Amino acid sequence: MTLTALRQQFLNGETTPTKIIEDLAGKIKARDETTKAFVSYNIERSLEIAGKADISKPLGGLPIAIKDNINTFGQPCTCGSNFLNKSYVSPYDATVIKKLLNAGAVPFGRTNMDEFAMGSATENSAIQLTRNPRDPERIAGGSSGGSAAAVADGTAFAALGSDTGGSIRQPASHCGVVGLKPTYGRVSRYGLVAFASSLDQIGPLTLSVDDSALILQAIAGHDSRDTSSLDAPVPDYAATINDGVEGLTLGIPEEYFSDGIHSGVRKNVEQCIQQLERQGAKILPISLPYTSHVVAAYYVIAPAEASSNLSRFDGIRYGNRSKNASDIIDVYHQSREEGFGPEVKRRIILGTYVLSSGYYDAFYTRAQKVRKLITRDFTQAFEKVDAIISPVTPAPARRIGACADDPLQDYLSDIFTIGANLAGIPAISVPCGTTAYDGAPALPVGVQILAPHLGEPMMLRVAKAAEGASLH
Amino acid sequence: MSHEHIDVRYVAKLARLDLTDDEVKTFQSQLESILGHVETLSALDLPDNLDLDGNDTLAMMRDDQPLPSLAPELVLQNAPDQAQSQIRVPKVVADA
Repeated sequence: MTLTALRQQFLNGETTPTKIIEDLAGKIKARDETTKAFVSYNIERSLEIAGKADISKPLGGLPIAIKDNINTFGQPCTCGSNFLNKSYVSPYDATVIKKLLNAGAVPFGRTNMDEFAMGSATENSAIQLTRNPRDPERIAGGSSGGSAAAVADGTAFAALGSDTGGSIRQPASHCGVVGLKPTYGRVSRYGLVAFASSLDQIGPLTLSVDDSALILQAIAGHDSRDTSSLDAPVPDYAATINDGVEGLTLGIPEEYFSDGIHSGVRKNVEQCIQQLERQGAKILPISLPYTSHVVAAYYVIAPAEASSNLSRFDGIRYGNRSKNASDIIDVYHQSREEGFGPEVKRRIILGTYVLSSGYYDAFYTRAQKVRKLITRDFTQAFEKVDAIISPVTPAPARRIGACADDPLQDYLSDIFTIGANLAGIPAISVPCGTTAYDGAPALPVGVQILAPHLGEPMMLRVAKAAEGASLH
Repeated sequence: MSHEHIDVRYVAKLARLDLTDDEVKTFQSQLESILGHVETLSALDLPDNLDLDGNDTLAMMRDDQPLPSLAPELVLQNAPDQAQSQIRVPKVVADA
């Protein structure tokens, strides 16, 4: 059931927020033993909030699961890492949590994730492996795999995730739900544990495009505690969401439909584009020439920022402190060695390397220049089109463990989602049917809609039309 | 821009990571592979006039005003070791 439908049930007096929290807790107990979307949940605290919920508010009484890298006062926040697991309790609320509470929502459940959001499969969680509810032998995607799996599995009505290179959109696509990454700066990052600060954004994972707009409306807006937060008015996202695509020009980037994409993904996305054309959109082939360089630029910039951000995990103020250390320097070394998993170590080393003397200009400065050119690609495209349509991923969800020894293969699968993060533009993944893949009869496919900077109203309008198109 | 001689143990030490021998071996080949891909950027013919200082979003500053901070007891609740309402750490100054 969507948030919108649940809200109507509250208003009709058919059920109550506390009853819904109790139902969800029962579903988690029954279903999450297999899926393992949730790292923890605090039913007492959520029942307390639900009991006082004002259902007349926009999100009144609606439960929302929270990715386990968003600080919520009094709750654990593991970031999927042994560094923080069982040793850290959030001493404050992230701005998005305050905004959800102000809008009447009930945060319920902490969802699993790749350690410090580094990964595309939720296989890098030190806590547990999340399985895809559509096929438990497959990955749920990542890094917000717990959030996507919970929404797909019916153990959450909606969830928050974070997206640094596709971490909301890719798991949404693999699990068959809607995932929205807002414009960089549209939603405050205060209280989100930082991975790559120039790329990170919080956004919703939901069952419908309408629900996505409902949550974005509540969490968007300027925050003085986040210096990258945009001081721009928040439009009424619901006002134009049903306007349809008639008269709009939609760009189809040739680089996103290369030979490398799975035939079923191509077929479904192309059918969606044809439906949008039938609804009155003009389809225009475009080119984003720097697409083939997005992964390389990203895997310089994101690890560079991560190596700096994760220096705060030193074993001094919070988290793991090694019991085997002999002096203060040894505390840093041993605590980090014990607390971090392989992917986090790999990216810290990569980031430290590309920022080190002698390599900085060759790697980091060059990647920043390429980032500028990728951004310019999008800016020039949006002079001709209202929105861009593409697949979310080159293929549906792969089997668990298939990239265990070859991280580069997983990195390359992010090629269609990273561009929006590097350019700071909004993008959304909308379910677009299923396809047979690698022995599985029907795995979800996602279509991605990208819009200009602060173009969320346009993006949601096209997404709503695409959602309708994929139902036919 | 050659990455052929990335000294994984040395870079890990810079990043305050104490790797095991097995980790060094595994990361060496994986990082060579990743850097091999990243190195494709070096083949690009980039325009000379790209301005890298133009990100207004990251340049925004707020007024330097004191604002409420977290209460000491909330901060200390996560400290691995504490004494007298302060975080305790191993000795920092080496013996003479």
